[in-house]
Amino acid sequence: MTIDRRSFVTAAGAIASGALWSSGANAQTPSGAPIKVGGSLGLTGPLAATGLIHKLVGEIYVESLNKRGGLLGRPVEWVLKDDQSKPDMARTLYEQLVTSDKVDLLIGPYGTGTILSAMGVAQRYNRTLVHHTFGIPSLAKYDQQFPSWSMGLNPEVSTPNLVFDALAAGGKTPKTVAIVTSKFPSVHFVSVGAREVAKKRNVKEVLYLEWDFGNRDYGPIAGRIKEANADFLWVGSLGLEGVQLLDALKKIDYKPTTHAYLYPAPGPILKVPEANGGLAMTVFEDHPPFTNNPIAAEFVKTYRERATKANLPDTSVETQAAASFAAWQILEASVKATKSLEDKTLATWIKANQIDTIEGKLRFNEAGNYGADLSKVKQIQNGKWVTVWPKEWAAPGAKVQ
Amino acid sequence: MYFPSATLLAQAVLAGLFTGALYGLLGLGLSLSWGMLRQINLAHFALAFLGAYLTYQLSTYNAVDPLLTLLLIVPLFFVLGAALHWVLARFKVNPFNSMLVTFGVTVIIEALLQWIWTADFRKLESSYAEHKMKIGALYFPLPEMITLVLGVGIAVAVWFALKRTDLGKAMRAAAEDAPIAAAFGVNQKALALMLSGLNAALAGIAGVCLALTYTLAPSQIYTWIGVVFACVMLGGLGRPLGPLIAGCIIGVTEALTMAITAPAWAPLVSFSLLIVVLLARPGRA
Repeated sequence: MTIDRRSFVTAAGAIASGALWSSGANAQTPSGAPIKVGGSLGLTGPLAATGLIHKLVGEIYVESLNKRGGLLGRPVEWVLKDDQSKPDMARTLYEQLVTSDKVDLLIGPYGTGTILSAMGVAQRYNRTLVHHTFGIPSLAKYDQQFPSWSMGLNPEVSTPNLVFDALAAGGKTPKTVAIVTSKFPSVHFVSVGAREVAKKRNVKEVLYLEWDFGNRDYGPIAGRIKEANADFLWVGSLGLEGVQLLDALKKIDYKPTTHAYLYPAPGPILKVPEANGGLAMTVFEDHPPFTNNPIAAEFVKTYRERATKANLPDTSVETQAAASFAAWQILEASVKATKSLEDKTLATWIKANQIDTIEGKLRFNEAGNYGADLSKVKQIQNGKWVTVWPKEWAAPGAKVQ
Repeated sequence: MYFPSATLLAQAVLAGLFTGALYGLLGLGLSLSWGMLRQINLAHFALAFLGAYLTYQLSTYNAVDPLLTLLLIVPLFFVLGAALHWVLARFKVNPFNSMLVTFGVTVIIEALLQWIWTADFRKLESSYAEHKMKIGALYFPLPEMITLVLGVGIAVAVWFALKRTDLGKAMRAAAEDAPIAAAFGVNQKALALMLSGLNAALAGIAGVCLALTYTLAPSQIYTWIGVVFACVMLGGLGRPLGPLIAGCIIGVTEALTMAITAPAWAPLVSFSLLIVVLLARPGRA
């Protein structure tokens, strides 16, 4: 099932009319012992740049939630710990949160490895865990875990298909493809899937390369891409790898005709002129129709202000911030609907219901508690990310170039 | 079987030499420190990144030419290196413990970098990056050329200074047998401070090259340690030209591996080479 733009905006309007993000003016001041929501984020270490986005979103959300009356009439306190981007540290911290801090609710860390660790602890104590951006859906085995990143259960098939659909819509169906990819787990399997998808679509693979995450030297890889000179370059990259590859390509005077990057650091790649035209995946961008949702519009405004103040290099709301916001929305909606903090009750409700978030309506009733794939394709146009596909989610006037 | 073109192979060799020069530059100070001062200075990598971030800061926000930042970084790091050595000498830290202590210093510097510049990636946008030479089908990017020239030039200069000047001979004598050298009037303590300062200054210079050619993040300090250690071990401790030559061999082998086979195999190269050399010549390091 997919959600169309009209039903998304209608639902968003309904929510905005009172339920979840209404002004605090009419809200009762929360009182009593705070409800503790425990979680960790990689505030230091290699995932820290993105961890800081999730931290800021959580702060904005909890602040707003308390202004709106908190949960069950009680204030909400976020017990946030730094997992240093390390899965083993995340496991220890979630143990602490459950056994020592005795938090009422759990919210997940960011990053597949740390989420897996947190999931293991949650499972041991039968706790419900809502988490942000988990990259390998097939590993989500625990029944009471809920992903807020609506990427669908099979991104290795759906993501490449969506990209090839976008290219076809823009009249750029490739005859040949070069697939180069980092071996980082959450991008590697999608790139491997892209090979199969390309084959099924009769797109000839002229190059396939893998490198280890943390690779420093992209010169020889760039040389091989130039030599292959494919119609379409698929880059299975994470963070800054795409930028590093583009830098290396620039040094040998090569610009790919059409190109896509799996999960690029959205800010830095915008600064590279050669990235113009590059495609990537998203579930939210801060332009209409996404911002027709008043909750999203308000969040985008607040996030921009706070991110500027916090000196974050990118102040726009995109997948990471949106998935983080959606995780809090799932938690809030389930507690308010069940009037309970009991983990099993919350999990049962989340599984049985669709939840309105700024990503759209999320459901969790398929394998691994995944639901509809709400992914879209965005493209760098004139130094800005704009959603271009599916067309009902495209920014006003934008199409695949 | 994939057969790369001659152009691709030649460009890969060039890329390997450029990378190897940086390995050599990073390894030079480490090798001198280990071989002549008996200190395994892991903080060398953190100092290099501190130098890189200072270059980024001065160039990006104060419009200082990246190469001119050397005028500040070299003396500043000389003092830092001498101060670090003074602390290690004051507490009579042995080689193994020096590794632990300097690892602690590395963590502190990493935290400092993260506090000031955040954990996000930083990229120095310099005018140098816009320039490159093209000879035939081969490209010579200016930042990498600068690194190569600095790497070779400094290694040769340090080699010459240690081999041919009185100061260098005194340093080598003090490293060989401090009491005997002292009997001949060599001030071992002062020379050790000077050598430590020089090593840190070399880390600062490597940092400028890092800023010119790579994207920076505090956590990347650790990604260089393994391969540069391999260069130092292969090149021989305390030998100024050793890390450069070993670095170029490793760099070229890695680049050719990436050009011919799977790029993911490249990191295996440096350590496979190290194992082979240590097995073939156990006394090398």
